[in-house]
Amino acid sequence: MIHSKNITKKYGAAEVLNIEELKIPKGQSFGLVGNNGAGKTTFFNILLDLIRPTTGEITNHDVVVNQSEKWKSFTGSFIDETFLIGYLTPEEYFEFIGDLRGMNKADVTSFIAQFEEFFNGEILGKKKYLRDLSKGNQKKAGIVAALLGDPQVIILDEPFANLDPTTQIRLKKTLKELTQNKEVTVLVSSHDLSHVTDVCERIVVLDKGVVVKDMETSQETLQELESHFSV
Amino acid sequence: MFTQFFKLEWKQYFRSSYWQKGLALKIIMGFFALYMMVSFAFAGVGAYFLIKKVLPEADPLEVVNSFLLFAVMADLIFRYMMQKMPIMNIKPLLILPVKKNKLVHYVLGKSVFSAFNIFSLFFYVPFAIVLITQDYNTMGVIGWLVSMILVTQCGNFINFIINKNDRAFWSLAVVLLGTIALQYYGMYDVRGLSQAIFDGLVANPIYTMVPLMTLLALYFINFKLLIGQLYLDSAIKEKVKEANTADLSWMNRFGEMAPFIKNEIRLIWRNKRTKTVFLMSFLFVLYGLIFFTQETYKGMPAMLVFASIFVTGGFVLNYGQFIPAWESAYYKMLMSQNISYRKYLESKWFLMSIMTTVLFVLATPYLYFGLDIYLMIAAGALFNVGCNTLVLLYAGSFNRKQIDLNASGFGNTQGTSAKQFIIIIPVMLVPVGIFYGFYFFLGLNAGLMAIATLGLIGLISRNYFMNLITQKYIRDKYAAISAFNQKA
Repeated sequence: MIHSKNITKKYGAAEVLNIEELKIPKGQSFGLVGNNGAGKTTFFNILLDLIRPTTGEITNHDVVVNQSEKWKSFTGSFIDETFLIGYLTPEEYFEFIGDLRGMNKADVTSFIAQFEEFFNGEILGKKKYLRDLSKGNQKKAGIVAALLGDPQVIILDEPFANLDPTTQIRLKKTLKELTQNKEVTVLVSSHDLSHVTDVCERIVVLDKGVVVKDMETSQETLQELESHFSV
Repeated sequence: MFTQFFKLEWKQYFRSSYWQKGLALKIIMGFFALYMMVSFAFAGVGAYFLIKKVLPEADPLEVVNSFLLFAVMADLIFRYMMQKMPIMNIKPLLILPVKKNKLVHYVLGKSVFSAFNIFSLFFYVPFAIVLITQDYNTMGVIGWLVSMILVTQCGNFINFIINKNDRAFWSLAVVLLGTIALQYYGMYDVRGLSQAIFDGLVANPIYTMVPLMTLLALYFINFKLLIGQLYLDSAIKEKVKEANTADLSWMNRFGEMAPFIKNEIRLIWRNKRTKTVFLMSFLFVLYGLIFFTQETYKGMPAMLVFASIFVTGGFVLNYGQFIPAWESAYYKMLMSQNISYRKYLESKWFLMSIMTTVLFVLATPYLYFGLDIYLMIAAGALFNVGCNTLVLLYAGSFNRKQIDLNASGFGNTQGTSAKQFIIIIPVMLVPVGIFYGFYFFLGLNAGLMAIATLGLIGLISRNYFMNLITQKYIRDKYAAISAFNQKA
């Protein structure tokens, strides 16, 4: 379970995030939506201890993220392409991340093999460095790297952006499978309302850093979201 | 239009994270620049009288002229290593209604005022004034001065052309070393040639037209080159090289450090800038030759020790000082991974130590210069491994400037800014100072023992210091992440 208590983030006088309390139970697929500047990435960055919150703390499976680093062993994430190491080939990158997550080369290879379809023949064995891949292909590599090592918590910022339609559909399938047996918690953020409603059982809407909606996904969710955002 | 460009530059400069650095560093930088200017000016004023005193029968201007050819080549090499290309973020401007000619003229025009072109003036101008007061032909001297300014500018533009090309740099280095050798062994009088060229300028100021025409031609070539590069696709197309994937799995024996070391090796080998640093460190091994071959330095063991530290320190100094900025692009990712910070830093320590050892082995031929020299190098190597690795790792935690490893042809920031040299001062001067202290009172062996002992102490207490450094990195984590996120 992820528990966020009194999280605020201020830059000078401007408050970019203010979330009183947010509990994400284990195994939930959790979606974060909001316009630009709503604080989605800031929240994820705080959750990953990449930014310090001004007040409050987040616990990830009982680990306070900015006090201990134990959460890192069971949390996989991909925020943006700066997570990639440009001068490595995708295979080497997976091996590197796998190494850090206690997988040997054979583990990594067999794990990666199940994503052959997802990669659509454009990632593996191409003899290209990550920096030379297109944005969409970089994203594919980053997302799969986040899934390495059986993480209990997966955090993906805007996973659908830049992906081609086929891959979007495949990614949705993969994410659904992950949360099927309620073991893995998946957190995604997106601008695409239909994708999040497809994937997530719970959706939280952020607006200027504040939670304005928190709902279980149902038949009407997409409509509700659309009316919320059409001003 | 140009005022708009200036505004952009101004903002880029003052909004970069550079200015968030401490006041102390800015003051030191200021003093450094001032020191350089003042020493150049003093050299300019003093050169005439000094040469007059040492070589009473020679003409000081002719003596200076005879060395100018070497100076020009050395200047080019110095620029290649130090000068930053005038980068303006041109990409967003390409689709705006701005004439490409103007963009290029601006980029080139801006470079005319680079500090590298200004510093040498602090020598040439006072020197020329002294010449005029000493009743030299005023027109001739002015012609000479103008020529020197033009030659400096030529260097500036030649450097742009060279900077895209390592091969040109190496050939230049070979030519410089070659001409020095020719002169040294008396095979060809390069100094005579140099003197003939530059004396001619004084005698016939009209020859100033030659550097002027050269400068215009170079400007034109640069203009053509840059205009040609203003297309995004050509640069991108050429860039995609086939990945060379060497199997590094034999490194797994290094245990927890293995993934980092493997990564570090790929980092070094697959990025142009890191590769240059790596290869340069082998060149540093030769640095000792400059000092050990000179009679003048025989009686100055402190200078020799200074050189000895450089001989094995090339990698530690040049690579170490940019830790962890080399990895700034994906630092965020590393920090969200389940890594042991200690192992991460230790892998870097390990790599620096291994490289120092390799360089030390390569330095074995220095035995030719006697056991004393070799012991100096050994003591220097021990100090590099024991102390300098730790100092540079610690200093690295202050690095707040992003390094863009992907930066390609257009405006590659190959330059090392002068502030990086400030870090070297304590790393180099402290051991030399300590050596000198012991040497002065107790003799050469005591001095060497002192440095070696310091290195040993560093090695023995490595654990303690690595803990401190690790804590410092952890403390500075957020500041580093946010600074590395900022494009330089």
